[in-house]
Amino acid sequence: MNTASSTLNPTDGFLIRRWGLWDLGFGLLAALGAAFATQRYAAFMDIYELVILWCCVPAAVLLGYFWAALRPFFIGCAAASILAVAMYGGTAASAESNFLLKYFLASQSAILWMCALFAFATVSYWVGLFAQGQTALWMGSLLTWSACVMGSIGLLVRWYESYLISPDVGHIPVSNLYEVFILFAVITAMFYLYYEGRYKTRSLGGFVSLIITAAVAFLLWYIVARSGHEIQPLVPALQSWWMKIHVPANFVGYGTFSLAAMVGFAYLIKENAHTTSTWKLAPLFILGVLLCAEPLVFRRSGLPDYWALYFGFSAAFIGAVIALRRRIGAALPALEVLDDVMYRAIAVGFAFFTVATILGALWAAEAWGTYWQWDPKETWALIVWLNYAAWLHLRMMKGLRGQVAAYWSLIGLLITGFAFLGVNMFLSGLHSYGTL
Amino acid sequence: MNQTPASLEGADSSGPSTAGLELKAQHPLVAEAVELLSSMRFAISALVVVCIASAIGTIVGQNAPSINYVNQFGAFWAEVFSALDVVRVYNAPWFLVVMGLMLVSTSLCLIRNTPKMLREARSWRDQVRDSTFPAFKHRAAVALASSSAEQRLAEFSLALRERGYRLRAAAPQAAGRLPLLVARKGTSNRLGYISAHLAIVVISLGGLLDSELPLRTMAWWTDKAPLQMNQFQGNEVPGSARLPAHTPSYRANSLVPEGGTTDVAVVSQGNGSLLLDLPFELHLKQFRIEYYPTGMPKLFASDVVLKDKETGQEKTATIEVNKPLIHRGVAIYQSSFDDGGSHLKLTAYPMAGPIRSGLPVELTVGQSVGLKNSQSNLSLELTGFKPINVENMGEPPDDREAEDPFKKHVATVLSPALNSEKSKQLRNVGPSINYKLRDASGQAKEFHTYMLPIELEGARVYLAGVRNSPDEQFRYLRIPADVKDSLDEFMRLRAAMADPTLRAAASRRFAAQSAPANVSATLAESAQKALEAVAEGGINQLGQLLEKTVPEAERERAAEVVLRLLTGAFWELWQQARTKDGLRPLERNEDNVRFAQLALNAVSDAQLFDAPLLVALNDFQEVKASVFQVTRSPGKTTVYIGCLLLTLGVFAMLYVQERRVWLWSQNQGDEVELKMAASTPRQTVDFEKEFTALAAVLSANGERRT
Repeated sequence: MNTASSTLNPTDGFLIRRWGLWDLGFGLLAALGAAFATQRYAAFMDIYELVILWCCVPAAVLLGYFWAALRPFFIGCAAASILAVAMYGGTAASAESNFLLKYFLASQSAILWMCALFAFATVSYWVGLFAQGQTALWMGSLLTWSACVMGSIGLLVRWYESYLISPDVGHIPVSNLYEVFILFAVITAMFYLYYEGRYKTRSLGGFVSLIITAAVAFLLWYIVARSGHEIQPLVPALQSWWMKIHVPANFVGYGTFSLAAMVGFAYLIKENAHTTSTWKLAPLFILGVLLCAEPLVFRRSGLPDYWALYFGFSAAFIGAVIALRRRIGAALPALEVLDDVMYRAIAVGFAFFTVATILGALWAAEAWGTYWQWDPKETWALIVWLNYAAWLHLRMMKGLRGQVAAYWSLIGLLITGFAFLGVNMFLSGLHSYGTL
Repeated sequence: MNQTPASLEGADSSGPSTAGLELKAQHPLVAEAVELLSSMRFAISALVVVCIASAIGTIVGQNAPSINYVNQFGAFWAEVFSALDVVRVYNAPWFLVVMGLMLVSTSLCLIRNTPKMLREARSWRDQVRDSTFPAFKHRAAVALASSSAEQRLAEFSLALRERGYRLRAAAPQAAGRLPLLVARKGTSNRLGYISAHLAIVVISLGGLLDSELPLRTMAWWTDKAPLQMNQFQGNEVPGSARLPAHTPSYRANSLVPEGGTTDVAVVSQGNGSLLLDLPFELHLKQFRIEYYPTGMPKLFASDVVLKDKETGQEKTATIEVNKPLIHRGVAIYQSSFDDGGSHLKLTAYPMAGPIRSGLPVELTVGQSVGLKNSQSNLSLELTGFKPINVENMGEPPDDREAEDPFKKHVATVLSPALNSEKSKQLRNVGPSINYKLRDASGQAKEFHTYMLPIELEGARVYLAGVRNSPDEQFRYLRIPADVKDSLDEFMRLRAAMADPTLRAAASRRFAAQSAPANVSATLAESAQKALEAVAEGGINQLGQLLEKTVPEAERERAAEVVLRLLTGAFWELWQQARTKDGLRPLERNEDNVRFAQLALNAVSDAQLFDAPLLVALNDFQEVKASVFQVTRSPGKTTVYIGCLLLTLGVFAMLYVQERRVWLWSQNQGDEVELKMAASTPRQTVDFEKEFTALAAVLSANGERRT
């Protein structure tokens, strides 16, 4: 009777691709990994952490289903990390003698590679915006992928290294400013790569890599000036399985909000590509410079040369981007695409940020006695949440798009930046990281 | 964009409306008020106010003593902030009113939109006539041979099903006006909207239950008056400052010393506290702290026994950070720790006068003792004792007054991440005490001394800190430790400096050794004047003396000379003091010379230290106390349910796309015309793609019209 066959294409979007053998195989591999971890490390985990470990298996499978590139990515990172753990052989000193460990796979080496690769990727992407052909852009993509791999390996190996110091000291590496900056860079880059694949455009790479490079610049300064890379044990308040889910969820939020802001910047460049009016361009320049200035306010006293250089260079760069707006605008994808990416990024960020704030409240109830006490970090998380809730409301209810939405997205980064860093630096409270 | 009927596409009546509820009320003002209150613009404005107020609340520290605001912002702004309740924003009446209005607004919005949403979610919209077909933005039509129409229909239905649509087919004899097929998906998007906004109401209500409001209301209703609790023992507190055990919602603190039991907790109320009777007795067997090798705290644990007052049942448990004890709705958290009344053996050294030996004192932390002599009548109050002080020895302090390089040992559990300074430099420098010396007029200075000497800049020194008020930093006096690592040698020297006879003798001796006989008398006199100046006013006074007696041009040269005189005479003074006490004089080696230099600085700084006594710790018997936070939060479950609703709602609203497809068919001779239209409340790139794909299925190999 009906011999109609499927009319679906593989690229038709969410939830309509058929589950296939690859998914099954990957799922089995993930389950194997979880079983291996359970068998070896169950003594270090309480029941909640075991649950989290096993929930990672369906989570990984789902993520691999939505985005096929994640499967080789997970497998590659896991394999390299396991190799590194094996090469350590239970002695921290192996990192000095083993070549692969010392130059590639030890956590600090991997992270420094990540920094370098992100920097090269930025250059590549920007060259690609101006060059003919796709080579430079493709290179940028490859470098970003490599950087994500190295960053993930760095974090995973750091996890193991913390246990090498002492089983008491060991913890998941999302506990201090240094570690979360790496997480931020990797998550932002991964989300960018996803949109790059989904919308089949690489021209946004230059813009998104700006915020990632800023994070890398901070990381490098932090290593050199403050020895931030040293693994510190967890204070009692952080010794909880909640940290494993609250912090990563928060950084999905921060990463995607930052990505949306950069796409908003790109939108404004393209929208104003043919404008010569200073009135229209000045706010963009000022906002861009303000964003670059945000790290400068986190100084104790005086302006270290490094940050003065950073600010000067960034301001010049933004000026150059605005000056070359016509050329850049022509290389960027359509305004609708930019708008869609911005919307999607903010949507996913908002959803995860909601979850992260709720998890934070649940954790606070267990650690500090009450789920909400208007702590500065909690309060600013609420402000960020309300800001993006308003953005989404106005878009969905009133159809707000265009320049206003893009400016708002960019300003949102200022607010997010303060909630992420400013609160910890300036305001004392339960989340304080102390002065820098 | 094409004109579309409002009922078919776009963000209008198919979605929640943003205008306010329109009441048919008698009074136009009431109707207007309700409309305003339930409109989105009002909600957004209220939200902006809440955001700004919250942000201000994070920057202006909350609930601090008023003197802090005066210091930080000046008296005028401190007044203004106080009047506007900026110092307690989150519990300020106006803030609560704005939050309340937002709650009302959300509720009204929900009331207005929910029935419509539910209706929309359930409806198939199968009455849409094909005359409206041209008005759709997303439409496609195809003409087919009648024979292939059924096949095409089947393919189209399959395509819809594969994409997650649910279909409803109408009876074929519906004369072409009404749709043959209607499809929809994603209607749970609307449920998501209801869920998310309902969640806000639910969370607000739960939060309200757990806020200060119920407690304050109850305290007001039953005429409770807060008091300063530290003046009372538990039984003495009158009923007017006590809260009953059945108080529904509170956050209170309770300090229990090791071996002690408590059945009350303290609820702070801004200008005082109320005492809360707990429904159980909490006995602390032991409080344990464990440390990492770096010196940072690893574990705070209290081994407790809880005895329920009603049933008499006992429960043994360990309370740690992140692991509270929950008993019949009351949760007990490890909040902090403090001293529980340690017994200390102290020595009070005089810092003025020729007596060098100290007075032994035995005191318990929290107690005070009177110290009287002919000149003064002092009260020594022992306020604090810390057995472990982990300090960062990385950077040398810039000057006597810098406290920055020292990292405070985290007595509370609240600082999650560590400072980035090199952990190798963290060391436990030993116990310390805090005490106050109060004179007869009631003025007090606060002191902080360490039990053991600390190595700073290559020398072992005892640190003694002083400050005049709580919001100042401590300024530290550095007293060199002698070869036996004690304060005795310094005290000997200090006492000697206060003895004019000894000073004179030392000056003469010094002069005799350093100069020929004819100048030695003048030299001795100068040396003696120098010693006297330092003994009375420190090196500052010596400097002032120089300024008065020496012309400016020669001052630098003169200062050098005087300094050498001073150092030399001081050395002699030391040797004389030792001889007087029956000890051998010391040789002039590097260590001794450095000791003398440091001692001279310390004697000079003792003027700034400006205290008649220095109290040092010799021995201790520690008793720790654990500080618990005791809370009851009846609204917690409500809030958690709200959180779940919110999460589900947000994900549904963002990721479930509502889409509808209609298909009409019309026979035209031996051809059939199939017309398809699609709509969605939210235009996205994905929708365009899906529509294009569906249209392709419909018009494959056929003649496409429109």
